[in-house]
Amino acid sequence: MTDVVYLGYLLAAVLFVFCLKMLCHPRTAVRGNLVGATGMLLAVLFTVPRIVEIASHSPGTMLSKYGVLLAGVILGAAIGATFALKVRMTAMPQMVALFNGFGGGASVLVAGAEMLHNLNKTIEISVAVATVASGVIGSVTFWGSLVAFAKLEEYKAFRKPIRYPAQQPLNAVLGLIALALAVLCVINPHQPALYWAMVLVCSVLGVTLVNPIGGADMPVVIAVLNSYSGLAAAATGFVLNNVVLIVSGALVGASGVILSQLMCQAMNRSLTNVIFGVFTVEEDTAKADEIYRGRIKATSPEEIAMLFDSARRVVIVPGYGMAVAQAQHAVSDLAKHLEERGVEVEFAIHPVAGRMPGHMNVLLAEAQVPYDKLKEMDEINPTMSQADVALVIGANDVVNPMARTDPQSPIAGMPIIDVDKARTVVVVKRSLSPGFAGIPNPLFAADNTLMYFADGKKAILDLINAMKQ
Amino acid sequence: MDWFSASQLLIAAGADVAAAASEGQPAPIVVNITIFVLACFVGYEVITKIPPLLHTPLMSGSNAISGITLVGSLVAAGSGFVALASLDGLVSLLGFLAVLMATINVVGGFVVTDRMLGMFKKKE
Repeated sequence: MTDVVYLGYLLAAVLFVFCLKMLCHPRTAVRGNLVGATGMLLAVLFTVPRIVEIASHSPGTMLSKYGVLLAGVILGAAIGATFALKVRMTAMPQMVALFNGFGGGASVLVAGAEMLHNLNKTIEISVAVATVASGVIGSVTFWGSLVAFAKLEEYKAFRKPIRYPAQQPLNAVLGLIALALAVLCVINPHQPALYWAMVLVCSVLGVTLVNPIGGADMPVVIAVLNSYSGLAAAATGFVLNNVVLIVSGALVGASGVILSQLMCQAMNRSLTNVIFGVFTVEEDTAKADEIYRGRIKATSPEEIAMLFDSARRVVIVPGYGMAVAQAQHAVSDLAKHLEERGVEVEFAIHPVAGRMPGHMNVLLAEAQVPYDKLKEMDEINPTMSQADVALVIGANDVVNPMARTDPQSPIAGMPIIDVDKARTVVVVKRSLSPGFAGIPNPLFAADNTLMYFADGKKAILDLINAMKQ
Repeated sequence: MDWFSASQLLIAAGADVAAAASEGQPAPIVVNITIFVLACFVGYEVITKIPPLLHTPLMSGSNAISGITLVGSLVAAGSGFVALASLDGLVSLLGFLAVLMATINVVGGFVVTDRMLGMFKKKE
């Protein structure tokens, strides 16, 4: 029986690998996701004999055993499905953060429950270490993800990163306490109180670690937390000696690591810099005045419509501002109008545009922009000089040429989309206020740049109207 | 070597290690570590090939997979809820909460990924 279960778990793990493999192309991705869900269902089904066995040895009525279990599954499925079906695409980052946190939380509870379950048995040191690891990683993931959720949802208390003196030393102290408790817990695996004390300290640590990190660094934070939730699952797999947990955890852990690497590269910063080196924002208004004074050319929808009349190739560069303004549908309409006039339209997507990896792609896909029009930065940059118009909407730092020209700039060396090389650049923006990096953008003052000051969605709708006239 | 033959090789290697374990050679933890390390490599190879276009569905999908803790939660929840004060009751309560969270993670993750992926369309 055990062998059959083991092979069943192996099958589930193989299906997860297939799921990820099929996510490599939009054509196969939907089926890939279903393959993954099938793997999950198999893993659960193959667990049933084990549940029955455990339940048969424990006291309580059938209702108390299976009722509790079914209640959890039914309630959880209902909550999960409701969230998943109702969430707006712009709110996807916080949704993923929340789900992620629940995964981490489950690991903490399972490891804790297993510890209680084994109170009267000998616990091997390797199992004790894995239990502690589940507790540490899981609780940091749970609370870190909740804070990330609150930040992305822009709850008032979390809107600005809260800073207080000796932040890093305090985190270090918390980390040392957690480590000490973890060691104690491994030495005394029959003391659940130690485990929960450690979980408590790590919970605080999860909050204080994520709290100071600002909005535009969120893609990295979410990727790291994603990786943690995988590692927590793997650690729980070591506790339970369960191969499917170990393999799945490793897969998810790898995915998170790869994504956080990519995000860091796209900002030319190290992971430690993002997590610990809080991005200091000093608005230098004097410098901004010097760059902008007398050089800003404001434009109108009519003028841009005329510009489009003579354009053959337009590149649209979206940023987080497009998500905030919910302008993706208007932007998609604009692209359709341009195409009807024979203009070639493409979208240039910076890896860290938005609040999570791939955020812009999902929004534009929702607005029915065909995915073959969504171009990666490295793909579009060499052809940027052949664009007649580059339309920047809601993006700022990712198109700031200072990243190339000024080695002193905080974003120096960050790869950007070279919109400044297009014949004309139109920037849709409410004001000249700086982006997340807090630095002025010389692009706005460039000779070939026109500024279109307005709210993103209204701006695009007005532009479409102007084109129709 | 393409991913498929690579993963088959790794699975075969994993099975070998498992076979050796049953002969009483390495400890279970060593087998588990072996599987973990090999799975990390498979994950790395497969996931590096996923284009940035699909990075959000990758996150939510892999997220759903990390809800595999559900399997462990179910076992804990089945311990029988007799009374809160009893040990079994406590285990069962923790199990219930874990099942709740893990199921939200799994069902929510796969459903939202399906919804997102359904929106990616090629030009008609």
